[in-house]
Amino acid sequence: MTAAPRAAGRRPWLKPAVFAGALVPLSVLLARAARGTLGANPIAEALNELGLTALVLLIASLACTPAREVLGWTSAIGLRRMLGLFAFFYASLHFATYIGLDQGLRLTAVFADVTKRKFIFVGFAAFVLLVPLAATSTAASVQRLGFVRWKRLHRLAYAAAILGVTHFFLRVKKDVSEPAVYAAVLALLFAARIYVGLRDRRPRVPVATSSRARPTP
Amino acid sequence: MTNVPKPPPSSEITPEAAWADRRRFLKNSLLFAATAAGVGGGLVWLTGGARGRGQGPRAAATAGELGALRPSPYSTDEPMTPYAETTTYNNFYELGLEKGDPSRLAGTLKPRPWTVAIGGEVRRPQTVDIDALLRWFPLEERVYRMRCVEGWSMVIPWDGFPLAALLARVEPTSAARYVAFTSLLDPAQLPGQRSGVLDWPYVEGLRLDEAMNPLAILAVGLYGRPLPGQNGAPLRLVVPWKYGFKGVKSIVKITLTRDQPSTTWSIAGPEEYGFYANVNPAVDHPRWSQATERRIGEVKRRPTLPFNGYAEQVAGLYAGMDLRRYF
Repeated sequence: MTAAPRAAGRRPWLKPAVFAGALVPLSVLLARAARGTLGANPIAEALNELGLTALVLLIASLACTPAREVLGWTSAIGLRRMLGLFAFFYASLHFATYIGLDQGLRLTAVFADVTKRKFIFVGFAAFVLLVPLAATSTAASVQRLGFVRWKRLHRLAYAAAILGVTHFFLRVKKDVSEPAVYAAVLALLFAARIYVGLRDRRPRVPVATSSRARPTP
Repeated sequence: MTNVPKPPPSSEITPEAAWADRRRFLKNSLLFAATAAGVGGGLVWLTGGARGRGQGPRAAATAGELGALRPSPYSTDEPMTPYAETTTYNNFYELGLEKGDPSRLAGTLKPRPWTVAIGGEVRRPQTVDIDALLRWFPLEERVYRMRCVEGWSMVIPWDGFPLAALLARVEPTSAARYVAFTSLLDPAQLPGQRSGVLDWPYVEGLRLDEAMNPLAILAVGLYGRPLPGQNGAPLRLVVPWKYGFKGVKSIVKITLTRDQPSTTWSIAGPEEYGFYANVNPAVDHPRWSQATERRIGEVKRRPTLPFNGYAEQVAGLYAGMDLRRYF
């Protein structure tokens, strides 16, 4: 291939495809709502699906960096911002459905729920943490904040994901196997981060003082 | 065969760059479509949108009518939840954890032949066939509100008979103070029992005076038809002033006891589910409010009523009791 890579890189289809794919859950939900096939409790069904889609996308956005660092899949990093913004998009729809449809805009009830119930508070906190991340998602924000500060701020995504999984744990009545799967995936991503951190630090250790001599390349 | 077409003039030959572009365009289009479908399908699969986990298939009504049903002054005249919703939106963990699972999986539950063993502190313990039991009492229709502890409610026309009538027939001894109900234990019929999500079999209980209250019934049908498996065929408890989980399904054993029985949900989550489980908007579930509920079929939440609107009939049972402690 001699053609110069275009702005979209070697996989120009990737971002538009993930964009389109990320809109599918919403389309399916709207289609089912229009056809009246959301079941006996459509609002609960919509809440569950919007919330879970937000969580999956948030975890997917957190998987982008490990995917590049551990698996060497460099294209993943280009999806991180879009996945994070879609997570925020679905979290916003989830929150709006809760306030507007589930609680019928009774803001006093919402306030009581948020302040009194750990379950609602944790979900609300996860959503609130996503707001500054969405607001500083542009390249201009990275410049304004400086990369180091921006990066530190965006580590909040991990906190939001932990809160999101906790929210899921608190929602289920008894069977925690599904939230446990998300917790395990999140733990795996943490482990990958720690692994990458340790690996990248290693070359700084002078070979002479290192007790474990590595074979020279 | 010899008529070989002339080669096209060189001006019509696609330049190599354009040919490569088109190939690239096709390849990229395919990759786009495959990736979009994969991402979209994966998300829908993970979040349950495709399975429609909220509701099972709308099965045709069970064949067979229950015959003449007496009307009851205890029935509400509120609009009833349609049969389709009543029989596809169920909590019956023995047949799966999602609301739609029980109606999908109920085929494994065989409600005939079926016997119910009635014993414990009674003078006339006996094991009775379900069809014989059905002939003991005239069936009544009771249109009751049903409030689930999860915050939704229905209005269901049950067909059954007063629990008090059955208890009178077996003559409780003076030592009897509670009634324990036990569901079928058979993982072949109730495959959800292969998971350890709850202690099986499902056990529920009432104080004897609660059980004797005329509102408490044993249901054998709904909408004039035999109970579908997902609703607890062939025999279930209905106590409309309590949260739905007290309505133990597919009963095989009724035992009169001296001591308060340990009940399934109060074992699983003693902080969250009490023995009494009376519907009470003033006593919240630790994780969510019980002040309001969503009636299935409605969008706006409605206030939850003390004792689910049956205070007039049952509040006297709890006079002097601290309902925050005995939740």
